[in-house]
Amino acid sequence: MTWNWEFAAEALPILLQGFVNTLIATVVGTVIAAILGLLIAVAIRTLPRWINWLVRLLVAFVRNTPLIVQLMFVYFAFSDIPGLVSIPALAVGCIVIGIHYSTYMSESYRAGIDSVPPGQHEAATALSLPPVRTFTAVVLPQALRATIPSLGNYAVAMFKDTPFLFAISVVELVTSAKQFGGSTFAYTEAFTLAGLIFLAASYPTSLLIQRLDKRLATY
Amino acid sequence: MEKSFGKTTVLKGLNFSVAPGERVTLIGPSGSGKTTILRLVMTLEELTGGYIFVDGEPLTHTEKNGKRVELPSKTTRAMTTRIGMVFQQFNLFPNMTVLENIIEAPIHVLGRSKADAVTEAKSLLDKVGLADKADEHPTRLSGGQQQRVAIARALAMSPEILLLDEVTSALDPELVGDVLGVLRDIAETTDITMLLVTHEMQFAREVSHRVMMFDGGQVLEEGPPDQIFNNPQHERTRTFLSSVQ
Amino acid sequence: MTDNVTTLLNFLPQLWEGIQTTLILTIAGSIGTIIIAIILGLAMTSPHAWMRIPARIVVEFFRGTSLLVQIFWLFYVFPLLGVELDPLMCGIGALSLNYGAYSAEVVRSSIKTVNPGQWEAAIALSLSPARRMIRVIFPQAWALMIPSLATLLIQLLKGTAVVFFITLSDLTDKIQQLRQSTGDTVFAFTVGLVIYFVIAWLIQELMNLLERQATKRLGRRRPNSRSDRREARRDARAESKRDAGATTVSGPSSGNVGYGGAL
Repeated sequence: MTWNWEFAAEALPILLQGFVNTLIATVVGTVIAAILGLLIAVAIRTLPRWINWLVRLLVAFVRNTPLIVQLMFVYFAFSDIPGLVSIPALAVGCIVIGIHYSTYMSESYRAGIDSVPPGQHEAATALSLPPVRTFTAVVLPQALRATIPSLGNYAVAMFKDTPFLFAISVVELVTSAKQFGGSTFAYTEAFTLAGLIFLAASYPTSLLIQRLDKRLATY
Repeated sequence: MEKSFGKTTVLKGLNFSVAPGERVTLIGPSGSGKTTILRLVMTLEELTGGYIFVDGEPLTHTEKNGKRVELPSKTTRAMTTRIGMVFQQFNLFPNMTVLENIIEAPIHVLGRSKADAVTEAKSLLDKVGLADKADEHPTRLSGGQQQRVAIARALAMSPEILLLDEVTSALDPELVGDVLGVLRDIAETTDITMLLVTHEMQFAREVSHRVMMFDGGQVLEEGPPDQIFNNPQHERTRTFLSSVQ
Repeated sequence: MTDNVTTLLNFLPQLWEGIQTTLILTIAGSIGTIIIAIILGLAMTSPHAWMRIPARIVVEFFRGTSLLVQIFWLFYVFPLLGVELDPLMCGIGALSLNYGAYSAEVVRSSIKTVNPGQWEAAIALSLSPARRMIRVIFPQAWALMIPSLATLLIQLLKGTAVVFFITLSDLTDKIQQLRQSTGDTVFAFTVGLVIYFVIAWLIQELMNLLERQATKRLGRRRPNSRSDRREARRDARAESKRDAGATTVSGPSSGNVGYGGAL
């Protein structure tokens, strides 16, 4: 078995088509996770004790169970509902990936909020700022600085988890590689290229986040 | 010897020798290179130029056909067994008990039997006044106690040379006395060669045979403690001594 | 609902088979992960570039290419290269390599975090490089790396579900079967997710136990342990009581002082 450049050339455009879905899932998933993660972090700080406990249990549950199983769960549960207009698998994928990673990102937000010195909070209170304003104008902007690199790392992790959308037959990068391999038996070229595309996208991004982390940390 | 970190040269063209059994105190302002000398002798820093000899044998580098070559690490390690060091921050191993800290190297470096090493360790602990702490974890001891264990650990290797790097600087003032007492005892009862860096001038005066004043990586002046402390030749030495006393 | 429960009860033997497959993958994968992590992690702390650089490349390679790509590579490409691996070996191999690469970074950074004074003391005692690492540095780094390893091993457990794509009948596959035989997606998947959650919880508890042991050996208490938190709460309560008491007592007297000062 040797490397066949013709197959590789044939596979590349097909893979890149699949890659579009990979990118969509990553970007939409990140947006959902970033917003929902913040909401969860704020909820855990403000909700009364008993419901707080419930939220935390739910977060732990989503975080500690497989994304693949969650994808299948939601996808099949929706398709079971009679009369419902079928939701595209990619949309389900974006939502579930977003929810899954929001449980991780909420933890980053929590750490970021905790890293804001209590003096900031006290100073804002001394100025009689209302609590909501204190949070949005004083605490949050400072917390985000500490949070953003960590959110970036989770976005990269999410990117590498998008192949799990295979489970609900979204044709993303790896699925298209598998389909190409299935029809031509050029598995070597297809999967190697798929891996290289992942590497080419994720490694530079990770380096970028590292640099961002260092720059933000100097403030 | 010569030592540079990157482009900054800390020591240059420094040359001195210490006689067997001699106790030498290195004094000088911070950044004068005195701690670096101890670290070079202990091979914690790489010697960037020159040679160090212990008992006539090269420690890290030797001259071969007119060229300076590094010795194999095993040779160097065999040489360092003759040298012990006590650190400012004690550096006891927290994952071992006091006794285990002391017997680790005698057993695994010198190849002593465990029974011998334990007997020796217990008598050393007795000597430093901590016979009852053998099975404690180092983190449960006070700084002064930890430092005395560290001294016992260094002595367990029966070193010919003992390097003491600001061994009381990290201690609360009331604990300094115990540690100095132990060192005084070692100085009186053994003929171990000692190189010490300290800010305890009174102690330096009592135990050392020679005091070397360093400044900018050079020996500014040296001599018996009485001469250096009572009648310093250099203005720099005078200002330094008045600033620490 | 009762139908579902009956079906589940009849299905239990098969479900147990699936759980076993998942557990085998998790346990073997974890062992592989830790072995690879230690080898690559140590290599990355080596002073020799010829060890450090290849290790770094391997780590970045397996971190950067997705787990599913790796498992498909082992499953579809290896046979074309003349190496037949059974699906279980593919799964264990890909999980070990992927999570091993992530964990190697944890091992490396933990070793780097150990106080440099510990290295120096070990050199001063003329311990050999191997002895330094095994007896002095690694035991201390180990205590530092356990929490991150726990997170990664739970991720590995979650990752085992990918073997479902290479024909292995693990817990995920059995959940699918249960869904088909009950026709109730929510029931089947809830059962499945709860089982995964329980396994994850067991891993966490096991790692907590290891961490307690490791920190105890260092003569320290685990920071933020349950007993610490309990103590902190008790202290806080005692303090707030004292404060509350103090304000009621000192209230009038401080008022007097203020009044006197104004005069």
